[in-house]
Amino acid sequence: MKIVIINYGAGNIQSIKFAIKRLGHTAILSNDVEEIRNADRVIFPGVGEASSAMAKLWESGLHDLIPSLKQPVLGICLGMQLMCNASEEGGTEGLGIFDVNVLKFGTTVKVPQIGWNQITNLKSQLFKGINEKEHIYLVHSFYAPVCAETIAECEYGSRYSAALQKDNFYATQFHPEKSSTVGENILFNFLKM
Amino acid sequence: MLAKRIIPCLDIKDGRTVKGINFVDLRDAGDPVELAEIYSREGADELVFLDISATEQKRKTLADLVYRIGEKINIPFTVGGGISSVKDVDILLQNGADKVSVNSSAVKNPRLINDLVAKFGSQCIVVAIDAKQIDGKWTVHLVGGKVPTELDLFDWAKEVERRGAGEILFTSMDNDGTKDGFANEALARLSTELNIPIIASGGAGNMQHFTDTFVKGKADAALAASVFHFKEIEINDLKKELQKEGIPVRL
Repeated sequence: MKIVIINYGAGNIQSIKFAIKRLGHTAILSNDVEEIRNADRVIFPGVGEASSAMAKLWESGLHDLIPSLKQPVLGICLGMQLMCNASEEGGTEGLGIFDVNVLKFGTTVKVPQIGWNQITNLKSQLFKGINEKEHIYLVHSFYAPVCAETIAECEYGSRYSAALQKDNFYATQFHPEKSSTVGENILFNFLKM
Repeated sequence: MLAKRIIPCLDIKDGRTVKGINFVDLRDAGDPVELAEIYSREGADELVFLDISATEQKRKTLADLVYRIGEKINIPFTVGGGISSVKDVDILLQNGADKVSVNSSAVKNPRLINDLVAKFGSQCIVVAIDAKQIDGKWTVHLVGGKVPTELDLFDWAKEVERRGAGEILFTSMDNDGTKDGFANEALARLSTELNIPIIASGGAGNMQHFTDTFVKGKADAALAASVFHFKEIEINDLKKELQKEGIPVRL
């Protein structure tokens, strides 16, 4: 299976590469349009600030490519947020795959949220074999509210989308690569679908 | 609900763990990778590796070690000790570290925090602060707590937050090594006056101390070394106890 992690200079991708390797596969890093288009699975990572990450996608022409992909795609953390319509962070226009706008956490909670929270209302094959209320690891200051494409929820100040899905596009706000065996099972489900 | 985190800390010198570590089932008590795997299996929420070596070879040895840890560990880990530049951080993150912690270098050059946050994002920048009370005033110290500064803990912590750090790791030198409990009054004040997560460090001796630091100290996470290394407290038992006390934990 050819697994490509989109390498557009936004964030720490080594830990995703390691996680895929622990599952017995090899992931390659690439920003090449043809290589990404021909992959069996595409992982779209990202950490850092939204507008500068989006600018990097434009520079490499990946902003057109990603929404046109047909194979299963998994966005992680900032990758997920960039797949939404827009983000309050830096007034960023997103890829528009998910019909929801990303907002900043309110002042009633500590920001960023760092640590292990629980996922509930699990609705996708991505969570096959995963129990309600399992803990997953997150680090983020912005969130996507619950919407029609929500396939898992978390609660931090209010309920929000821990994961989204539309057609072949899957995305998690949490880091499956850092979420212990629960995260490994979710990555395994993504590779198997 | 967001869980309170339990974080074992490992001191590293020349790629090996230091401080006596009392795990009878270890093949090699000095191997940080093997220890990290054990802690991860026992339910640690995160790990911190603090490099205390000071050799020329340091950067390369540490990068290699970080790579080996990252390959094996499926929970987040932070690397700290002598990090003083954007390049240092870049190397560690590229080798698989999730977060880095800076301490003395940030006090000497506070701008470093802004530079690191701009390049890598707040989520991976932890600022460690060592402080102790001098004439009733919490004073920031450098070089592993040896050198006092003019800085007040709370002023410095607020500046660190303003400059964009994602988290603060506060070690009370008055409590460190005493096994008498964490500095909960100072921790609660930090937690109330700041809006980023606070990791409590220094003073863990028994399970009640952890409950206290989460309840009275309002800490978001608690870090300890010897009580875990010497198996005085098993992480899984500790989390069950915390759960009984009504504290949210990942079990």
